[in-house]
Amino acid sequence: MALTDTTGGQAVEPAPIEKPQGYWSGVGARLVRDPLTMICAGVVLALILAAVFAPLLGLADPYKGSMIARLKPLGTEGHILGTDEQGRDMLARLIYGGRLTLFIGLMPVVLAFFIGSALGITAGYVGGLTNTIIMRTVDVFFAFPSVLLAIAISGALGAGIVNSLVSLTIVFIPPITRVAEAVTSGVRALDYIDAARATGANAWTVIRVHVIGNVLSPIFVYATSLTSVCMILAAGLSFLGIGVRPPEPEWGLMLNTLRSAIYVNPWLSALPGVMIFITSLCLNLLSDGLRSAMNVRD
Amino acid sequence: MSVTETYAPSADTGGPGQPLLIVRDLQKHFPVSGGLLGRTQAKVQAVDRVSFSVKKGETLGIVGESGCGKSTTAKLLIGLTEKDRGEIIFDGHALGERLSLKDLRRGVQMVFQDSYATLNPRLTILDSVAFGAQVQGLADPKCLARKMMDRVGLDPNRFAHRYPHELSGGQRQRVNIARALAMSPRLVVLDEAVSALDKSVEAQVLNLLGDLRAEFGLTYIFISHDLNVVRFISDRILVMYLGEVVEVAPVDSIWAEQAHPYTRSLFSAMPSMDPDDRTKEPPLVGDPPNPINPPKGCRFHTRCRFAAEACKTKVPKLAGLSGNADHLVACHLHDAASGHPKAGQGVPA
Amino acid sequence: MLTYLIRRLILVLPVAFGVSVICFLLVQIAPGDPLTAIMPVDATAEEQDAMRAAYGLDKPLPIQYAIWIGNLVQGDMGKSIATGRPVAGEVFGAVQNSLLLAVSAAVIAFPIGTALGFLAGYFRDTLVDRGVTAISIAGVSVPNYWLGIVLVIIFSVNLGWLPSMGAGPGGSSEWQWNWEHMRHLVLPAVTLAVVPIGIVARTVRALAGDILSQDFVDALYAKGMSRVDVLRHVARNAAATALSVMGLQLGYLLGGSILIETVFNWPGSGFLLSNAIFQRDLPLLQGTILVLALFFVAMNLIVDVAQAAIDPRIQRT
Repeated sequence: MALTDTTGGQAVEPAPIEKPQGYWSGVGARLVRDPLTMICAGVVLALILAAVFAPLLGLADPYKGSMIARLKPLGTEGHILGTDEQGRDMLARLIYGGRLTLFIGLMPVVLAFFIGSALGITAGYVGGLTNTIIMRTVDVFFAFPSVLLAIAISGALGAGIVNSLVSLTIVFIPPITRVAEAVTSGVRALDYIDAARATGANAWTVIRVHVIGNVLSPIFVYATSLTSVCMILAAGLSFLGIGVRPPEPEWGLMLNTLRSAIYVNPWLSALPGVMIFITSLCLNLLSDGLRSAMNVRD
Repeated sequence: MSVTETYAPSADTGGPGQPLLIVRDLQKHFPVSGGLLGRTQAKVQAVDRVSFSVKKGETLGIVGESGCGKSTTAKLLIGLTEKDRGEIIFDGHALGERLSLKDLRRGVQMVFQDSYATLNPRLTILDSVAFGAQVQGLADPKCLARKMMDRVGLDPNRFAHRYPHELSGGQRQRVNIARALAMSPRLVVLDEAVSALDKSVEAQVLNLLGDLRAEFGLTYIFISHDLNVVRFISDRILVMYLGEVVEVAPVDSIWAEQAHPYTRSLFSAMPSMDPDDRTKEPPLVGDPPNPINPPKGCRFHTRCRFAAEACKTKVPKLAGLSGNADHLVACHLHDAASGHPKAGQGVPA
Repeated sequence: MLTYLIRRLILVLPVAFGVSVICFLLVQIAPGDPLTAIMPVDATAEEQDAMRAAYGLDKPLPIQYAIWIGNLVQGDMGKSIATGRPVAGEVFGAVQNSLLLAVSAAVIAFPIGTALGFLAGYFRDTLVDRGVTAISIAGVSVPNYWLGIVLVIIFSVNLGWLPSMGAGPGGSSEWQWNWEHMRHLVLPAVTLAVVPIGIVARTVRALAGDILSQDFVDALYAKGMSRVDVLRHVARNAAATALSVMGLQLGYLLGGSILIETVFNWPGSGFLLSNAIFQRDLPLLQGTILVLALFFVAMNLIVDVAQAAIDPRIQRT
């Protein structure tokens, strides 16, 4: 209508440019201006991309060992990062190792984010008995330190990728539920929720339109802060031998099998841990950056 | 097509004589928990024995100190707070019997005090205004919302895609009014809707409310602590004290004679422009009693100059004045059979 | 205060019940028959049933739980499948060693973390602050089982200063307070201390920073109070929160030392747990986890009550 009507002569006042300052564009702008966070995002992205596209990088076969080329030191011809206790190329194993490590390290938080948010938002919005049942159950899980719970469930279920995913997801659902519940009951008390309910909308519509958009970013920021712990725990399970099974390359498992080599080639045996450390550090810094960009207070 | 033509309120089922809203014996007590097992220890008696009716097309003003139960009453009317007891009858249909909550909310809408807090910060103005119409399944909610924005004085081309924080307080309150009206309600509850605005903006919004009432044939319940504003917009005034109705009367009648001692104190606390009309009544002293354990009998007796023994034991009934049946008051001074030493004489000068 | 204490105690009961249910269910989610390990390979179906009946495994789950919890309150946590010894004895011996390690780590971590956090909070937005922040982020990001290996490489392999394995010379698991034994404690305790140093420093920094930026600090300065006195005020205000974080960390240290115990072959509860897992010794697994979790619950309780005692405002919530 009037927007396209350029011939209308009666426009005395120039129509102000419609510049909706949405929430996410603001967050994006703040993130771009934060070099440390951008670097960390770059590192994590590079690790993920390298892991996903590992076969295209022209690396050695991460499964092919050699009895004569065992525990070659760093800088060896053809094996820039040396070889492991079975003579397999370390560089290839570290990069391929990112596949399982990052997957098991990040996926549980993603799953727990969805499940925990659903539980917490339900508990926070509905309140009453539903809230009591969900939150008291969550309290029980809080009685276990996260490491202990992960090891207990993984230990009972036995080694395996799926079992690791299950146990770590269970570990991270309660904290996310608790945060989601707290944030949601805060939003629930706000006037705009009353105004929305006053339209006659049912609970699900109010949650979908008015609650989720306002609670998801603090829950999301909280979930990102758990990724670092989850990475360390996931690799820790494999390190203990109750996560990924050999001969799959996985940083925690590699750290474990290379322990036998600390007297022969000590720095080589510490390499997989460096990968875990770098990833976990970047995830932590990335989460801190997101937190300040999204103006979430803890 | 103008917005007046698209305004589609639900059908008038009761005829012109049927009050649009009848409230009978409304009660809400909020539990206060604490102690060893977190059990309910006491109850805040927020709203008690509240009854009134609103005729079609009239504006009922509700006044009282903060904490007297005005806002709780508003929330009870639209079902945001669940009532403990009492009846809400909208155009002849009782809520919960022939009227669902959703239908009630189609017919009754609310405008809240805090214009910012009542708007979802993540939704554009257009989405906020259109939400209710969408929920109620009205045709083309976005178009309806744009028209209603235009009607309340917000150019949809300029404001539709903005966010609440980019608007001024007056503009946001216009948004809230547009949002309420986009659902074509017949009754609008305005809970301190202009209290937070600057005086000049307040006047504009009040005029807008008056125009809208005429244009769409609306009925208002106008809640405020500002007697002048209430007088300007209302046909009748209802006075609440500690969760109870103490007086209901037409504006002119109550301005001429405040039949309840509390109403009189309330009015005398109001600054007057006329030097000859300055306060004759001593203002109220002290804070209102705790609504957790309100005084027995007449709840006002602890602060009333005329309190007698009867006031401490007997709850006064809301009844018409002897000379003016439209003027209701709950005070033993007006009830000849109350046992008050000055029963039936009215409030002494 | 007494009301608060009683209310808090009552709230612990359902949690403790929930913990016991989860520990009970751990055995149920484990794949395979819990008796496989001790069942003769050639056992007939009747013999298997008889064995199941003998262990009460033929009864419905709630009954099994009731029997299990009944034995539990009498101190009977069943017998280890691998060693045949009572679980309770094995667990308590190991928990003592774990506690020694956890407390040592706390003794290292809490003063260092507090000092670092205080410095950072006091000299906010200076180089000191940035340095401490970097240390604490690194502290919470480091996989401590890897850090343990790195410390072993440096101090045992390269320098040969400290032993890398066990809790005493010659694999002795009997703790004694002498230098030979304490040498074994150094590396695992330092390793374990790194994460809580980061967390405590972060907490104390935020507390000190928050409180120093509050108006009443300005008021104290305005009243002519000295820097030292102001610092003392700040410290007392932060104490309640800092204490609760430290208490929780002590709980985490005990429950979270399993990986470090594995790295250093420390004969604690974590080491016991990993043995239980590999020998599929489910009663031992169950018992160890139950004891550690209940310890953590008790720790939480103590922290809450202590916090409420320091800061009476908390009792109201």
